Amino acid sequence: MAERRGNWDKAEDDLPVYLARPGTADQVPRQKYGGLFSSVEGAFESKSIDFDALSVGQRGSRTPRTAKRETGQQAKSSASDNKISPGVESPAANRRGGKDSNRVEITTSGGKEVLQNLEHEKSDRLLIKGGRIVNDDQSFHADIYMEDGLIKQIGDNLIVPGGVKTIEANGKMVIPGGIDIHTHFQMPYRGTTTVDDFAQGSKAALAGGTTMIVDHVIPDPGCSLMAAYDQWRQWADEKSCCDYSLHVDITHWNDSVKQEVENLIKEKGVNSFQVYMAYKDYYQMSNSELYDIFTFLAERGGIAEVHAENGEIIAEEQTRMLQMGITGPEGHVLSRPEELEAEAVFRAITIASQTNCPLYVTRVMSKSAADIISQARKKGHVVFGEPITASLGTDGTHYWSKNWAKAASFVTSPPLSPDPTTPDYLNTLLSSGDLSVTGSAHCTFSVAQKAIGKDDFTQIPEGVNGVEERMTLIWDKAVTTGKMDENMFVAVTSTNAAKILNLYPRKGRIAVGSDADLVIWDTDSIRTITAKTHNSATEYNVFEGMELRGAPQVVICQGKIVLEDGNLHVTSGVGRFIPCSPFPDFAYKRIKARKQLAVLRAVPRGMYDGPVSEFSMSRGGTPSASARNSPTKQPVRNLHQSAFSLAGPPTPDDIPIRPAGRRIVVPPGGRSNITTLS
Amino acid sequence: MSGYQGKKNIPRITSDRLLIKGGKIVNDDQSFCADIYMEDGVIKQIGENLIVPGGVKTIDAHGRMLMPGGIDVHTRFQMPDRGMVSADDFYQGTKAALAGGSTMIIDHVVPEPGVSLIAAFEQWREWADSKSCCDYSLHVDITEWHKGIQEDMEALVKDHGVNSFLVYLAYKDVFQLTDAQVYEVFSVIRDLGAIAQVHAENGDIIAEEQHRMLEQGITGPEGHVLSRPEEVEAEAVNRSVTVANQTNCPLYVTKVMSKSAADVIAQARKKGTVVYGEPITASLGTDGSHYWSKNWAKAAAYVTSPALSPDPTTPDYLNSLLSCGDLQVTGSAHCPFNTSQRAVGKDDFSLIPEGVNGTEERMSIIWDKCVVTGKMDENQFVAVTSTNAAKIFNLYPRKGRIAVGSDADLVLWDPDVTKIISAKSHNSTVEYNIFEGTEVRGGPLVVISQGKIVLEEGTLHTTEGSGRYVARKPFPDYVYKRIKARSRLAELRGVPRGLYDGPVCEVSVSVTPKTMTPASSAKTSPAKQPNQPVRNLHQSGFSLSGAQVDDNIPRRNTQRIVAPPGGRANITSLG
Repeated sequence: MAERRGNWDKAEDDLPVYLARPGTADQVPRQKYGGLFSSVEGAFESKSIDFDALSVGQRGSRTPRTAKRETGQQAKSSASDNKISPGVESPAANRRGGKDSNRVEITTSGGKEVLQNLEHEKSDRLLIKGGRIVNDDQSFHADIYMEDGLIKQIGDNLIVPGGVKTIEANGKMVIPGGIDIHTHFQMPYRGTTTVDDFAQGSKAALAGGTTMIVDHVIPDPGCSLMAAYDQWRQWADEKSCCDYSLHVDITHWNDSVKQEVENLIKEKGVNSFQVYMAYKDYYQMSNSELYDIFTFLAERGGIAEVHAENGEIIAEEQTRMLQMGITGPEGHVLSRPEELEAEAVFRAITIASQTNCPLYVTRVMSKSAADIISQARKKGHVVFGEPITASLGTDGTHYWSKNWAKAASFVTSPPLSPDPTTPDYLNTLLSSGDLSVTGSAHCTFSVAQKAIGKDDFTQIPEGVNGVEERMTLIWDKAVTTGKMDENMFVAVTSTNAAKILNLYPRKGRIAVGSDADLVIWDTDSIRTITAKTHNSATEYNVFEGMELRGAPQVVICQGKIVLEDGNLHVTSGVGRFIPCSPFPDFAYKRIKARKQLAVLRAVPRGMYDGPVSEFSMSRGGTPSASARNSPTKQPVRNLHQSAFSLAGPPTPDDIPIRPAGRRIVVPPGGRSNITTLS
Repeated sequence: MSGYQGKKNIPRITSDRLLIKGGKIVNDDQSFCADIYMEDGVIKQIGENLIVPGGVKTIDAHGRMLMPGGIDVHTRFQMPDRGMVSADDFYQGTKAALAGGSTMIIDHVVPEPGVSLIAAFEQWREWADSKSCCDYSLHVDITEWHKGIQEDMEALVKDHGVNSFLVYLAYKDVFQLTDAQVYEVFSVIRDLGAIAQVHAENGDIIAEEQHRMLEQGITGPEGHVLSRPEEVEAEAVNRSVTVANQTNCPLYVTKVMSKSAADVIAQARKKGTVVYGEPITASLGTDGSHYWSKNWAKAAAYVTSPALSPDPTTPDYLNSLLSCGDLQVTGSAHCPFNTSQRAVGKDDFSLIPEGVNGTEERMSIIWDKCVVTGKMDENQFVAVTSTNAAKIFNLYPRKGRIAVGSDADLVLWDPDVTKIISAKSHNSTVEYNIFEGTEVRGGPLVVISQGKIVLEEGTLHTTEGSGRYVARKPFPDYVYKRIKARSRLAELRGVPRGLYDGPVCEVSVSVTPKTMTPASSAKTSPAKQPNQPVRNLHQSGFSLSGAQVDDNIPRRNTQRIVAPPGGRANITSLG
């Protein structure tokens, strides 16, 4: 035992940096093999154990996982920990030979095999060998064979046709390509357009390891949702370099919008709709409208997304700031304190729970908003929170920068919190599962565009970059710090998003039949983010100067290699629209169960036949105000009162409830047609 | 129990001099044994072996507790509702209050939308002055918002002794104000030094839910509680706390009826918000399971807003929070209607006039639920029934304390008496009592109001119209000390920068607002006094977030940022 501990200390230096902490062996969460039960002495003797294939980093073959298993059976027998005993040398090790194993090699087989595939200029067939496949539930070693943009086989010693391009992953992680669930590419804003169009934006996404983006369609208030959707489809189909899908924002609400929403869900493959609680007089919805929309979406199987900020108070605060002479970008954050975000999140959750509708909060920017979401989840609400790259990576202190252009580049809504501990906190909640998915809210304007608001912060176009930095930043902030493991990393960057959008397992998982959107992730690479080298078209980067660890080494999108050796090979317009179907199980299984549970019943009583006072109806101006503009009235009942609390309102039996333990002398009222009172 | 010194046949009411001997005086901070001598409705001496003039009526307390008379902070006597008037007028109501040990009530003035606040206030004064049997004061409800209202509020605070205003987040299309209006009202209230009270329920959601219930055929009183789930109350409390924080205005939540609303208040207090919560007799003493009673009249008797929680553990929970100080004051929201008045809503629960009884039962219920069970002691009992209310509404120490110079409003409390509450014996005029059959321990033995004995040996001697209006000054210390400190602290400054001289994108002005109220706040807001350097301190005093005096210096956290801290003032290029 003591000897082993000594070896451990030695071995620590050889561990990949992100795992090199004491006790990391126990941090590796999911054990593929039998765990406790596999440590039968001698059980693995004279069997070929592929230790090398199990290794993560390449600097030492010693990884926690192998170490653990090794210590289980081999601690006594193997003298040198860092060497693979000859008896268990693996094919992978042979393959590796003496080469520098840190590289990923891409080779195309030549000779006859090529001749068989003459019709293909470029082979659509790809084989990744020796990678460690990381899904959200487990990691394991296997080869992957792809054809026609789909994963066809996974396993060891695959039988593949000739003419296959082979990537030697050398034990590196192979993860599902990222899904950036929130982008605003090519977004029109008051006659100008964000500088990153779908080509530029999706290029940046691919460079960062994201192989699918979900953009927001923003119809002008009063315009048709369908027309806006078609417009966005056209833009994206022309230019997008990777697969995409669309959210549609509901900026106004009436019967025709309702019809359009229904058509979008049924025919157009949209299952998520965003509403705004901010932007008073433009996009903002009243509580009643939110109620209607949520009710409608719950019925049709859509996801209600919400931009949560209290627009009314913001409007008041903005006026106050301007009156006080605060016109710079600091006014933006001062007029939008995080409390207003938290308040709106709370309200949205209340309405969603009333209407039994799954809720998705876009852009969680502050601690208090995140806290509200995690509390609500603990109470059983179906709510998902989306922190964005900016809120996970930087904070709002930059709004006070003396450099106007720099300060303005951070302007987004809700604003970045000036509390510098916010990013760390959000990363923690993301790791613990209280926040579910990550987006970038990539919506970039050039400095000249931002300067529209040079004399009035309320006019500054809002949006920050982040589509390219998203994966790397989360890896650096959450995985290298030990907050989450690689599986959770996959969950928050792709799997959960795919589940919410009902694209799982086509996206967000490495499995046979899934799309061939993969990333070979290099955990050790370090780079410094700067506007000089990034792929966005803007002059600034909100993460300027940050040094981040972990980056994609190879990115495969639709079965084609789009990033290798730092070179991007993207083709504009190859991106396909991926339709999302309604009623995603991830969100709706619970909603459906609750719907069945929650049936309300009236109490059967005799007619009241006593005297009735005279009264005038003058007070209630519009007593049935909701009847006016509410198209959706369905007997959906939130189950907050029926399933999750001790409250017992809808008594199924006809006996009036008597709370126990009360000294109540009156007999339980049983007479049904009386006006006298006992 | 009481006898006369000197001449035996002085009629009892004529003597204004009273001596209470051998009582244990209970204030909110301590209890001690002493005699009390009162004259002209004011406590003149406290101590032992007092030297008192002749002709003094003496009460021997025999060591029983003598505490400040209760203050019922929330009543709605004689409240008009759609042509009807709540069953208890100021005479009946205050009589019931005195019978229960409350010697002061604070009623709500509810102006009809369109009526000026002053006019409504005068109307209420007239009613109360002619009928009230005990001292009273008035809250004024803000039921709409425009320039005239703000002027009325100023006048009420300055000339009429009103320092609390209630806004409604419920009653859509009737009383409800929007968030922006609430923000403005709170700003005005803060500047006037008053207390912002809020009826916290999300009226929009309630309207939708009511409609849905009726469509489902649920027309009975159970629909009332089903359409007003407690979440909706908690949401509105949370929202009003947010607005109060933003405006640095003290907040007072009336009628805390549910666990979740109480939790929101408790949390906000922990974060430093100046917020007070008022549970009422009904929420402390009973629950909402009665809405499902087969007897329509009985079920309807419980209809009030926010609704009583159907969770039977709620009263216990609220009593605990009241005992630990997370909730501070208790009212009754006494606003009962007769069964025939309730029957207006016999086919539609949303028409049932709202309100429950409770002014008479308040003190006994709290004693029984909190003191008898050991949740709180007698001093805390005094605090929640009178002292805290007096402090918040700036009546302290005239009311809410037994001290020399305070008003002679006292209660001799008998902790051992038990009583079964029943509509047959109560002093309200309505045919039901929502606490019907509840057995409570503890009750007033003698009640002294304005230095006169009004309850003695179970007999009430009240005089209609003897109640005085008690004016209240703005800026109560209990509330505003913190608010003032915060407004001094929180000053915002812009960042001095050079002019941006880079290229500026062209803007098309094509963006048209959905609704043409872009300057809605400017239009309707009387509250825009420019350059109010009052800043809520949420960001300055209690959190690490920025917006502070030293903000000119860009802060750096522990990030690895290589670029130098932006120092150039007039540049457009980015480092």
